[in-house]
Amino acid sequence: MSDALLTLDGVHTHIGPYHILQGVDLEVPRGGVTVLLGRNGAGKTTTLRTIIGLWQASQGAILFDGAEIQKEATPAIAQREIAFVPEDMGIFTDLTVHENMLLAARSGAIDEERLEWLFGLFPPLQTFWQSAAGNLSGGQKQMLAVARAIIEPRKLLLIDEPTKGLAPAIINSVIAALKELKEMQTTILLVEQNFSMARAVGDTVAVMDDGRIVYSGKMAELAADADLQERLMGLSLEAHQ
Amino acid sequence: MSDSLIKPRIERPPLSQVIEAKAPLFLVPVLMLIGLFAIGSGSTWLTLTAAGLAMGMMIFIMASGLTVIFGLMDVINFGHGAFISLGAFAGFTILGLLGGWIASPSIAMNLGAVLLAVVFAMLVTGLAGYGFERLIVKPVYGQHLKQILVTMGGLVVTQQLIYVIWGPDEIVLARPAAFQGSFVVLGAAIEKYRVLAIVIGLALFVAMRLVLNRTRIGLLVRAGVQNGEMVEALGYPIQKLFLAVFMAGCALAGLGGVMWGLYQETITAHMGAEVMISVFIVVIIGGLGSIEGCFIGAMLVGLLTNYTGFLIPKLALVSTILLMGAVLMWRPQGLYPVVKAH
Repeated sequence: MSDALLTLDGVHTHIGPYHILQGVDLEVPRGGVTVLLGRNGAGKTTTLRTIIGLWQASQGAILFDGAEIQKEATPAIAQREIAFVPEDMGIFTDLTVHENMLLAARSGAIDEERLEWLFGLFPPLQTFWQSAAGNLSGGQKQMLAVARAIIEPRKLLLIDEPTKGLAPAIINSVIAALKELKEMQTTILLVEQNFSMARAVGDTVAVMDDGRIVYSGKMAELAADADLQERLMGLSLEAHQ
Repeated sequence: MSDSLIKPRIERPPLSQVIEAKAPLFLVPVLMLIGLFAIGSGSTWLTLTAAGLAMGMMIFIMASGLTVIFGLMDVINFGHGAFISLGAFAGFTILGLLGGWIASPSIAMNLGAVLLAVVFAMLVTGLAGYGFERLIVKPVYGQHLKQILVTMGGLVVTQQLIYVIWGPDEIVLARPAAFQGSFVVLGAAIEKYRVLAIVIGLALFVAMRLVLNRTRIGLLVRAGVQNGEMVEALGYPIQKLFLAVFMAGCALAGLGGVMWGLYQETITAHMGAEVMISVFIVVIIGGLGSIEGCFIGAMLVGLLTNYTGFLIPKLALVSTILLMGAVLMWRPQGLYPVVKAH
């Protein structure tokens, strides 16, 4: 039996007249970080949004922890302990940092110990705890988006390009947070274009093109094989940083 | 993560930005001052100000539901006026049954009658809102043109249903004895009912602020107004929230209908549609989805209508439209927009 926490089996997604995902087959192993790579428009974001149910799969099956979830509504999928960090971060800018976090704590209260841990990972959140999230810088908003997703333990994190447009120092803090989560056996499916980041945290990798997975395997194998990178991506992943 | 890499930076907004943000709060006092200088007589000004604030409070009651519905659900409900009329007629039914309480000189019995009428009206309009959302609004989420057409249709159907149930004639709605007449304060005649309207409007504003700012439901509503998709991704079924907010908005329209009916002392099936012009102006002035903006907008509209009605009666009808134009030239998205137009 496969040890995949999440399996996509021939998933198709249509958005209006457009056929975006054209039979995605993907396995996300339990307790590791799987990085989804691919050029712009390959279908990475659509894959994440289809998993969380924001877009409905028109065909195929999505299995999470053994249960089919492709027909479920987004809240029901999220309640299966799946957290989603969208590309635009999805921060509620008029709410305070505290309120953003409180909303994500579905139990109704924030666990103090976990909050201390999050403050350790992302100190600015403590500094700006009572400030409107809209006043945070881009990097601080990304910290909030990631912290909000893990304010309670989740089985699976879906994170869409968390380092996009961020300064190197902030990227390092996001990498550190993901590594800590990995040590805590949290399963992560990460869409990322920054190969340094992908290589630093990824255990497995899948490369998308034209709405399909064209390669999947160990991150270390892809990182070591420049020819494979060239063939899959049209350029070396080192140059993709 | 290394602390040295991330230096928390406390950003204090510049003074000009603070003043810009707080400026709408000064509009009502400024308008009152302008009114005082323009009217000249202190007692007349006080009477008109009380009338304006009372009118503003009632418009706020009716508009608050609409602005939250628009903000959270992105639904343009042109049928909102139907719930104002329906609420007035539902309240009339209860007040009719409690004729003895209304005629009684006891303020407690009078208040009890009004309270029961209000509760019944809110129940009826809240339940009607449930049916309206399920049958009429739900199929057209995200389709503004269709929303306008079908909610206008819903308004017409509701008006016709009111004709069927209560008849087509205008109905006189007598105020309870304790709220008839006026009392004199500093030489100014203040209608007792207007004081009641101001108290209820203020209480509602405070209650809505408390619910929105201090409760989890309020937190969800405020988050949903900004990004409904993300609220769903956090595990909250926003469709249920939509329905609850729609029902609450309709119930508030029902409350406003009773208050407005008692204020006008007559009710008709189309009274809601008539007052909707002011309601829409208030929602636009305040900024879509904003309770605070809606409150300030309603006060401005109520005061301006009364001041211009006294000073330049011919201008009274257009004064609020001119006000809306002026506000939009200053702030194109309204005073405190929660939902930003793209």
